Amino acid sequence: MSGAPPALEVRGITKRFPGVLANDNINLTLRKGQVLGLLGENGAGKSTLMNMIYGLYKPDEGEILVNGAPVEIAGPKDAIGLGIGMVHQHFQLVDVLTVTENVMLGNEAVSGPFLRRDKARREIQALSGEYGLDVDPDALISDLPVGVQQRVEIIKALYRHADILILDEPTAVLTPQETRGLFKIMRALLDKGVSIIFISHKLKEVLEICDDVVVLRRGAVAGQADPRESTEQSLASLMVGRDVILEIDKSAAKPGDEILNVVNLSVRDDRGLPAVEGVSLGLQRGEILGIAGVQGNGQTELVEALTGMRAIDGGRFFIKGSEVTGASPRSVTEMGVGHVPEDRQRDGLVASFTVMHNLVLCSYYREAFSRAIVVDDRAIADNARQLVEQYDVRPPIINNIAGGLSGGNQQKVIVAREFSRDVDLLIASQPTRGLDVGSIEFIHRQILRMRDAGAGILLVSSELDEVLSLADRVAVMFEGEIIDIFDIDDADRDTVGLRMAGVRDETQMVGAS
Amino acid sequence: MTAAAKTKSSRRFGFKLTRKRIIALVLLLLGAFIFIESGRLDSELLTTLTFESRLSGETPAVADIPVPTSAYLLVIGLLFMVGGALNLIDFEAARPRRISLALMALCGALFIPTVIVAAAAGNATNLTTIIAESLRLATPLAIGAFAGIWCERAGVVNIAIEGMMLFAACFGFTTLFFLRGTALPLETAQLLAVIIGVLAGGLIALLHGWLSITFRTDQIVSGTVINILAVGVTSFVRREYLLSTEAGAAKLGNVAIPILSDLPVVGEAIFTNQPIFFMMFVMLAFTHIVMFYTRWGLRTRAVGEHPHAADTLGINVNRTRWINVFISGMIAGLAGVWFSLEATGSFNDGMTRGAGFIALAAMIFGKWTPIGAFGAALLFGFSDSLGIRLQMVGVGFPVQFLQMVPYAVTLVVLAGFIGRASPPKAVGQPYVKE
Repeated sequence: MSGAPPALEVRGITKRFPGVLANDNINLTLRKGQVLGLLGENGAGKSTLMNMIYGLYKPDEGEILVNGAPVEIAGPKDAIGLGIGMVHQHFQLVDVLTVTENVMLGNEAVSGPFLRRDKARREIQALSGEYGLDVDPDALISDLPVGVQQRVEIIKALYRHADILILDEPTAVLTPQETRGLFKIMRALLDKGVSIIFISHKLKEVLEICDDVVVLRRGAVAGQADPRESTEQSLASLMVGRDVILEIDKSAAKPGDEILNVVNLSVRDDRGLPAVEGVSLGLQRGEILGIAGVQGNGQTELVEALTGMRAIDGGRFFIKGSEVTGASPRSVTEMGVGHVPEDRQRDGLVASFTVMHNLVLCSYYREAFSRAIVVDDRAIADNARQLVEQYDVRPPIINNIAGGLSGGNQQKVIVAREFSRDVDLLIASQPTRGLDVGSIEFIHRQILRMRDAGAGILLVSSELDEVLSLADRVAVMFEGEIIDIFDIDDADRDTVGLRMAGVRDETQMVGAS
Repeated sequence: MTAAAKTKSSRRFGFKLTRKRIIALVLLLLGAFIFIESGRLDSELLTTLTFESRLSGETPAVADIPVPTSAYLLVIGLLFMVGGALNLIDFEAARPRRISLALMALCGALFIPTVIVAAAAGNATNLTTIIAESLRLATPLAIGAFAGIWCERAGVVNIAIEGMMLFAACFGFTTLFFLRGTALPLETAQLLAVIIGVLAGGLIALLHGWLSITFRTDQIVSGTVINILAVGVTSFVRREYLLSTEAGAAKLGNVAIPILSDLPVVGEAIFTNQPIFFMMFVMLAFTHIVMFYTRWGLRTRAVGEHPHAADTLGINVNRTRWINVFISGMIAGLAGVWFSLEATGSFNDGMTRGAGFIALAAMIFGKWTPIGAFGAALLFGFSDSLGIRLQMVGVGFPVQFLQMVPYAVTLVVLAGFIGRASPPKAVGQPYVKE
């Protein structure tokens, strides 16, 4: 690469956890004022490596050099002292405190024992102005949208004078517009001499912003690439270790009878505030209706209402022409509805149950799996063995505790359970969140298989790319309303992105479907 | 289609039994009850509210207020009914909504005076004494609640306040008991006794920290162990060392606050008082200022809410918790010695009588804030003092019923006005570095 001096070097880092070699002799170099992309599937060891640089873990072997000098990083305090800042994948912000309090926490502006909020506030405002990080210093974190929370995290690092910034999957929670805003901020930081490690699953973004890319696979460096000479395809293959089909090969939809009809549905969220306001939509057999939108615009509540998990405030909905408004989750399931919930840990699985029992959570009471009041474990095990093989759950041991599986394999268990039933309507919410390229590919193929078998599919995802590549029609949800519906051929990335950010274009608001 | 859907949904969800409506209903029924009862009373009946105790013939500094009991209750009954009825309606406009809410708040505020007037019907009752007694009896509850705040704000559940209090009460008194025979002046001996009691509380808190922070024992289990241990150890100590003489010791002496104690009425009733009573106010200010205006408080709250976030900023989570637990124990110790050294001058088995748990309730009712907890403790103190007074006056129906009323009110008020309390998010979870 170019001749900029290295800001951070990692040499021969190895980290073992009981039974796992998380990082195996890793070398990488981050040059001053540049962006180093770090790519890898889940469990490839990216976060472990970054946590070692930030002092949360101790490496078993190897050394870390900052500005050419070997350093000892025993804890986050040392890392901060060396000018290393990290924006974690799960934001490390205290909800009930203000922006100012969060930023200064640990490095408080004080006189004696007393906090000087005014002083910290002025510093935050100065940083905001310098880098275009627009934030209200007195807002409570819990009131801020994720995009703004991310800015707070960046300010937190800058407040500590970080000149090496680690961004762990920063775009996972952002809209395309917000991502562009983040890239603008990153460029402003680079101009001031900050060096950035950028971790992402999204190949397009890595190619756009990075000066250099390192790919990790199973804890080791699988390769290094120059983004100017790479393609998404080549990076994906490097990541997974085999050729990956990124473009989904999809035939045109053959819509059939109407399967779901929602009329003027309103739902409240946990705090009792309106979350879904007057949503109407229709879905036919054999088509995928994608619901795009930034997380937290009512998608969660909409799905929970349709699956009987949340009380309805107003409106009604019909499945196969019969009204199911206010029905229980079981009766919704019995109508032939499959549900892949957004939060797989909370709503999708019983983490402490085995794989085989999780596979019959919605059918254990059926004749096939129970005799009188006793469940038939042999039938359940037979069912599980078959599904585990068919859906490629790894490891394929049906007596494993579901909570011990990786995220991707947990999701495969849910998909196996829901897709193997006789399903006419499938409601899939964030079906590939946090999964790696290989698992995403698998689940996408299963969804298309269901569609072609004649099921109607409601796909809710905050990943715009996922919606655009799978859906036949795209509805955009913003602040509880469906503000626009596109046919997939008219859905252009930028327009949909603008709608997701709440920009309504009156000229295009043709009378709803 | 749309219109039909709307009608149906409004029929199904037309009248909702919201929290506000439940309160309004309770208020309405209560008003009706008071209204009917007021008609049964003799209309000549007077309740005299006095403000200071004096011998007959002395001129009072503050005049007595005679209240016609029946008329007063009639008005209150009507007011409650109107307040309740208005709040059953959901007003669209802001103005009537504000008025109806203000009326409900007024009814809430008038509740305690109403209890006093009704309870003392036909007699004179001294308001200053009631207030002073409420404050005095609130002392261990408030200080205990502050102890809870220190601990729980850092993310450690402390149900062991009761046990810490009992340990402190016992060891404080034992210290005084043994020092009494020496040449030390009484005040010095008492001071030493208080200090030993406070340290005893802190020491027990260290046990709680050791179990729940170092060994990550379930914090509820650890607290329960301490509570049981306290009962056993303190009664053993009493039987072995104190019972043989069973003598009491001098209570902590009164302190007069300069200037304030010269005020009429309140000077003597409130500003001339025992030291731990005044420490309640000191601890209130101290806890509030530390928690919300200092670096330590900010870090404590961060550790109690999101310890991992604090850790990534270089804050030592477990060290912060240890120190807070220790301080919590010492404050609980202060509440404990109130029983043996300030209130009675003796030690009895289980003399804290569940005050530690009531303190915990006060902390929760006060939403983990010092000022809120203090208010809740006052309410409980008032209920105690009311019970004592009514027993002395002798009323026609079971005293226990009136004693219960303020607690019932607390429940209704909290359920209705204040809403669901939200504890620090990480409370009860041991912090494990990944």
